[in-house]
Amino acid sequence: MTTPAALRIDGSVRLRLARGVRLHRDEVRGQTVLLAPERAMALDDIAQRIVAALDGQRTLDAVVDGFAEAFNAPRDEIAADVLAFVRELADRRMLEEMP
Amino acid sequence: MTAHPAPRERSAASVTVPMALLAELTHRCPLACPYCSNPLELTRADEELSTAEWIGVFEQAAALGVLHLHLSGGEPASRRDLVELVAAASRLSLYSNLITSGVGLTETRVKALADAGLDHVQLSIQGTSAASADRIGGYKGGYQRKLAVAGWVAGAGLPLTVNAVCHRQNMDELEAMIALAVELGARRIEVATVQFHGWADRNRAALMPTREQAAAATVLVAAARERYKGVIVIDYVPADHFATYPKACMGGWGKVGLNVTPSGKVLPCHAAETIPSLTFESVRDMPLERIWREGAAFNAFRGTDWMQEPCRSCERRDIDFGGCRCQAMALAGDPAATDPVCVRSPLHGLLVEAAERDAAAEAGAFVYRGR
Repeated sequence: MTTPAALRIDGSVRLRLARGVRLHRDEVRGQTVLLAPERAMALDDIAQRIVAALDGQRTLDAVVDGFAEAFNAPRDEIAADVLAFVRELADRRMLEEMP
Repeated sequence: MTAHPAPRERSAASVTVPMALLAELTHRCPLACPYCSNPLELTRADEELSTAEWIGVFEQAAALGVLHLHLSGGEPASRRDLVELVAAASRLSLYSNLITSGVGLTETRVKALADAGLDHVQLSIQGTSAASADRIGGYKGGYQRKLAVAGWVAGAGLPLTVNAVCHRQNMDELEAMIALAVELGARRIEVATVQFHGWADRNRAALMPTREQAAAATVLVAAARERYKGVIVIDYVPADHFATYPKACMGGWGKVGLNVTPSGKVLPCHAAETIPSLTFESVRDMPLERIWREGAAFNAFRGTDWMQEPCRSCERRDIDFGGCRCQAMALAGDPAATDPVCVRSPLHGLLVEAAERDAAAEAGAFVYRGR
């Protein structure tokens, strides 16, 4: 039995939320949260946009390009922020890769 | 002249919105784990809340701001209406987590639960071989059944957490338990050292880990987290009897979560009934929100006003909240005392002595519930 490998996070992967991880509009607290086993992460606007962009169709490169254009910001900075957030989600097993 | 203490005020603002509700759907369970966290006196099946009553509790919980709904027991699969209850939770957008031994589930039922919108399954394991696991759980065939259930869960596309309660008789299998969880496709494992409440207290001498085991487990978990990074998330509850400071029990009393018993009593934690001075309201008599905000048991240890020394002036009082109230009751005879796990408790020395004595005891036969 081989140990399954962790997700490889680079510009070419297409990612989406894994089953059992979902966005929820928390009306009582007035915030949007990402729900996962034993976790509820409150997401700010940027984090919500990143999660929404993880649609399993676009590559991470395409996601970063989109944000760089939308925010008119340096691509390197955007890429660093997006990858850091995506790695955090991946380390918590919240994402899955689409072929 | 007598100094009158100021009346105790509690503004609505000091009551937080709860994150999680643990629904103990039933106390019925085919297993007989010697560390069972259910009370010594179990609720009978004919006292359990009905389907409609449970759904009413879920509706009130969602309105109150609860996000996570843990469906537990006993064995929740002993409830015939489990699929219906999951469907109701899903309609309310509650994150539903089934905490199960696996016994009572079939492939068809797992699929029905997934179709009803179940978000996540948490499956207990007692060991890494049929011989050891079935002896600990007191249920022959349980181990094989759990392996099958894990396969059905994966087949239904549901995420899986393996729940491994650790104690002296299986702690040396910890590495293998984590490997088994990975092999079963779990995304997460909870490694929880047994808490000595309820039935576990009866089996202290058979369950108490040694200091060496507790230390080795901590080292092992740290290494495994590194090795399995991105493969499996490891949540770990260390052996608190060998700790320096107590655990932040329940994330603070009446702060994060609430627990509803099979008959509808609402508790600040699952062991709260071991504190004789507390009284509890039932969802059959009072709205859930009112119990959460105004219930005497919830306000008894909410915040820090109730604390005595050394907690009251301690810089850690907002970190660990004085530890576990039930443990303070059990070991210090006072639920407002400092949890004796804390080095600052005057009873800490006695606690460690007792733990070491129990850890050194010959591990005799378990005392199983009802047998």
